[in-house]
Amino acid sequence: MTERLVIIGNGMAPGRALETLLARAPGRFDITIFNAEPRVNYDRIMLSPVLSGEKRFEDIVIHDDAWYQRHGIRLLKGCPAVAIDRTAKLVTGADGTVAPYDKLIVATGSSPIIVPIPGHTLPGVVAYRDLDDVDRMLAAAATGRHAVVIGGGLLGLEAAAGLKLRGMTVTVLHLMPTLMERQLDPAAGHLLEQAMQTRGIDVICRANTHAILGDTHVTGVRLDDGREIPADIVVMAVGIRPNAGLAKAAGIDISRGIIVDDRMATSDPDILALGECAEHRGICYGLVAPLYEMAKVAAASLIGDTSAAYHGSVTATKLKVTGIDLFSAGDFADRKGREEIVLRDPARGIYKRLVIEGERLVGAVLYGDTADGAWFFDLIKADKPIGPLRDTLIFGPAFQGGAALPPTAAVAALSDETEICGCNGVCKGDILSAISTKGLTTLADVRAHTKASASCGTCTGKVEALLAHALGGAYKTRTAEAVCLCTDLGHDDVRRAIRDQGLKSGHAVMQALRWRSSCGCARCRPAINYYLLAEWPGEYRDDARSRFVNERLHANIQKDGTYSVVPRMWGGVTSPKELRAIADVAEKFAIPTVKVTGGQRIDLLGVRKEDLPGVWADLNAAGMVSGHAYAKGLRTVKTCVGSEWCRFGTQDSTGLGVKLERYLWGSWSPAKVKLAVSGCPRNCAEATCKDIGVVCVDSGYEIHYAGAAGLHIQGTIVLTKVATEDECIEVIAALLQLYREDGRYLERIYKWMARVGHDTIVGRVVDDLDGRKALVQRFEFSQVFAQIDPWAERVAGLDAHEFAPLAVIPYREAAE
Amino acid sequence: MNMFLDWIDVGALADIPPRGSRVVASPLGDIAVFRAADDTVFALLDRCPHKGGPLSQGIVHEHAVTCPLHNWVISLESGEATGADRGCTPKIPVRIEADRVLIALPETLAQAAE
Repeated sequence: MTERLVIIGNGMAPGRALETLLARAPGRFDITIFNAEPRVNYDRIMLSPVLSGEKRFEDIVIHDDAWYQRHGIRLLKGCPAVAIDRTAKLVTGADGTVAPYDKLIVATGSSPIIVPIPGHTLPGVVAYRDLDDVDRMLAAAATGRHAVVIGGGLLGLEAAAGLKLRGMTVTVLHLMPTLMERQLDPAAGHLLEQAMQTRGIDVICRANTHAILGDTHVTGVRLDDGREIPADIVVMAVGIRPNAGLAKAAGIDISRGIIVDDRMATSDPDILALGECAEHRGICYGLVAPLYEMAKVAAASLIGDTSAAYHGSVTATKLKVTGIDLFSAGDFADRKGREEIVLRDPARGIYKRLVIEGERLVGAVLYGDTADGAWFFDLIKADKPIGPLRDTLIFGPAFQGGAALPPTAAVAALSDETEICGCNGVCKGDILSAISTKGLTTLADVRAHTKASASCGTCTGKVEALLAHALGGAYKTRTAEAVCLCTDLGHDDVRRAIRDQGLKSGHAVMQALRWRSSCGCARCRPAINYYLLAEWPGEYRDDARSRFVNERLHANIQKDGTYSVVPRMWGGVTSPKELRAIADVAEKFAIPTVKVTGGQRIDLLGVRKEDLPGVWADLNAAGMVSGHAYAKGLRTVKTCVGSEWCRFGTQDSTGLGVKLERYLWGSWSPAKVKLAVSGCPRNCAEATCKDIGVVCVDSGYEIHYAGAAGLHIQGTIVLTKVATEDECIEVIAALLQLYREDGRYLERIYKWMARVGHDTIVGRVVDDLDGRKALVQRFEFSQVFAQIDPWAERVAGLDAHEFAPLAVIPYREAAE
Repeated sequence: MNMFLDWIDVGALADIPPRGSRVVASPLGDIAVFRAADDTVFALLDRCPHKGGPLSQGIVHEHAVTCPLHNWVISLESGEATGADRGCTPKIPVRIEADRVLIALPETLAQAAE
């Protein structure tokens, strides 16, 4: 007969226990869940991103309604359990529902501690525990201006950062001398405090709250020293208390939490407890990793597997505030017999502290650079003498003598909780389980199903290594990656065919190369369009339908569907007339944001699509043209003031920058190209992190290239040094043309250089003088057709259909 | 076809570029009318099920469009996200009559807009 399992609570711990149970013993239990919250199981760790607006509730649901249905689970939403009758083996819900059980799991979680100071019951005082709290905070952020967060621990700081991002002024009150004192030592606590302050969040430590002020609603907070801080909302995040009341009333043994043994059983063998309400060997846990471990053991116990046992956990925490990297693990309190290794680099904002006890690593605090966190955490859990590792331990795994581990072995060594993809919060365990349960075999599969490496792509190598680790010899690392799913050919194959076979249209390319789709896809079409444009200047007509929206509309699409407009400012130099025209256009079209860009020009953000031609017309009238801020092409040439004004300037860097920009603008390239010219080696224009940079010196011009300062930060390398401006411009044009002819679509110059090699490039554009001249000639020929202001063309009426609706259906007609 | 639908003429087929889209402003919000390479015409609410991106501005390929914001690929035939993504954009009835494009605003949606 089916056994009846009742679960009280529907948080992440019982959710994981259910998953394990359903996988190991499908159909064995008839399951009923009492859930106090009126919704399904969701990822509570992700509440902070929901608060800050980086995620939505739907994004953090773990089990949706369909999941419960599919597994035949009765989920009683919004129905807290109110009594357990151990003699009759019955659980009663608040609405009178009675559920008999053979086995019972108590997973009632914990409650936030509300400090009983005067005013703590006023409307506007909230905890930070579940989605309802987040909703209350969001409602407050929508109407109020000031928020006070009481408690400078993990949750309090995440709440503060979220409310700040929602536009409130935020003050954090913390009783202790430094923030997060349970996870951080004082030094790291201070660094964290500084980081919060620079984000505009006020932090007051040693702050003892005397009273919460207000008559019908919170208006402020008064401290013991008499200071008053205005507040429209007060968030209490001072700690949690296990919810053991229900168990206690049923006569189950409790201390702080519900006491459980290594198999998660309570003093009643038919009743298990797990999660934040449970107390194991005197410890109550509030982090997800131990709760998941408990969940696995509980599921094993339920099906009579006695081999599984929980032995307590070493925990690690990570602060989820975007831009602050903070990791702590293990036990790092000062204690006799403990030694520490500390690395401090205040200028770079890096602090690392390792705590060693009896030759073993027992604790780690990392601030600013947390990349080695997983490795240290694994060492702590391994609980083995570190021996000679100690000398270089703090420098992390990269410095552990000998060759670095091969990538596959390196990922194999990581724990399942190690985060692989920071953009989408995907851990190693998630990826491995997706590979095995869904039978994934390619990088594209993993991206589609887990989102790992699907955003910025910097973790692609790790994901591939995981695939190789999981599939062994079955996984073939890509040699030449196909352009897209429409073909098996790589970019170089396609380019060669266009050149050798004289293919002159997208359609001809797809026909001749036997594309699998009838008209390509969003990946291959823009690439082919670029290759045709680069190969047949003046002959091939640009295909607007193969352009990404920004390059089709000559503006940058924003998240709300409006656009941003950036006029060119040659070399970053502008004039009162231009500024006046920009100011006028911003007012005339009610453009909400005017922002100075990193490329020394001005961005007009929030322009409606239908207004674009009007905005451009006015800018054109003042002599300004498109800045191509949207283009896979020449973007900006940033300059410093150089010898014209600067007492250190060696050459006219501004003048050279303007000349370069006027010569190169309008050219399309495989990916964006940014330049800078600095007037002396002090390098105020930051030329040494650009795709192409010039650093002026007394004797001439150093030409740099292959820098990057985006997803990757990479300094440039020197291509060559020349004596004159003319020669400088010639070498740069030749370099750009070689890249245009040889780079793969979306491949930045630094990646192209890494692929083809610095020596090859020097050979073509520096050493081979005839070749250089030929490259320059081809560049100049292509510029004849490229240097046409796209804005002026559209103001004159080109592609008018792009900016106006096809039709407008008035309300009346639709309502009939 | 649903007899309750009122067909509204929104323009000529030639006004929509092949492998492209035009927007019809309506009380329901913008509607994207797509014309595939084979001249089949589709209409969807101009809102990606992911983050509300304007599908009309995406690249049209086969009977699908790639959203310009985060590259979700939406089927023009069903309005549903393809691949491993999940989500659906409401479809709008559309037909061609003598090279004119006609769309109808479904009553349920029209009521919802009131």
